[in-house]
Amino acid sequence: MTDYGSLVIWMAIAVVAVGTWVFRTVFVVLFGLLDDVPQRVHRILALIPAAVIAAIVAPDLFLREGALAVGIDNEQLLAGIVAFVVAWYTENMFVTIVVGMGTLWTLLFIV
Amino acid sequence: MNRTLGALDTHREDILRGMRDGAPAALGTVPYGLVLGIAAVSIGLTLPQATGLAAFVFAGLASLTMVDLLGGGASIAVAIAAALIVNFRFTMYSASIAPHLEELGRVWRWTLPFFLVGPVYAIALNAYERGRADHHGWYFLGVAIPSWTVWVVGTVVGVVVGAGVPESLQLGFAVPLIFIAIIVRFLEDVPTVLAAVAGGGGAVAVVDLPFNLGLLVGTAVGILVGFAAQAVRG
Repeated sequence: MTDYGSLVIWMAIAVVAVGTWVFRTVFVVLFGLLDDVPQRVHRILALIPAAVIAAIVAPDLFLREGALAVGIDNEQLLAGIVAFVVAWYTENMFVTIVVGMGTLWTLLFIV
Repeated sequence: MNRTLGALDTHREDILRGMRDGAPAALGTVPYGLVLGIAAVSIGLTLPQATGLAAFVFAGLASLTMVDLLGGGASIAVAIAAALIVNFRFTMYSASIAPHLEELGRVWRWTLPFFLVGPVYAIALNAYERGRADHHGWYFLGVAIPSWTVWVVGTVVGVVVGAGVPESLQLGFAVPLIFIAIIVRFLEDVPTVLAAVAGGGGAVAVVDLPFNLGLLVGTAVGILVGFAAQAVRG
């Protein structure tokens, strides 16, 4: 649950919306100033999604109430590992979600 | 037939051709939108807020990032920063498609890139490079319309459905699952894998930092490690 008020949430949405639009628009509008993005910059930019997504998702999986939990009693972690394997081989978001949720529910309610 | 009508006919053709090319990509936004809606309502966002987030930001990963972080008690500044970092990659799309939008008028060039999300970018670029779309803005708009519409509607449905699902089912776990489904696409080589491992490890290691700053520290560590790996491998 977030405790932020409605105005703060809307301001955050506005800031992210405008910032995202600037990122998408900048080179289309400024075309000609920069002939091409150097290959080197491309490769560095390609690191960002991998690093930031891992930084978002790892605490969701490896921590429980702030403490490291890597045992087999951590259902989220186990389901996440299964989902990762499925995602790696299928590259299919829908299948990944279905298998991941199915694994979690199996561990929570059946095992 | 007079000139204006002829031009309108061409616009209609362009936009319809774009929509046909863009329709399959719209299907891909369905699970994404549903999960955003479900997650948004579970952290206490209202229907207008969730819809606004989907409609005005039009970026799934960034929207889910914000919702995930706010739900975990992160400060609003960290949530905003994380969403913007996630979306920084759009500058690559912008630079890559810019030559094809060069001849369009000012209004088109300031507005069309709003829709520059991964699949739309890929479909439009492909058509432009085959010389099929004649560099028309209308074609691009046509490609974007199905994805944007289905994404927003999916989010609304997610909010409505999510409000009625019992907490014990932990539907919110679909958010990390989506992150997992997406991250594999970015694991292209050794440096990107190392960036992910270091980013995740770093974020877990410093998770006690206030305001979820650990996320930003972990991201920075991941990028530095990936950068070092690129340097070593040449």
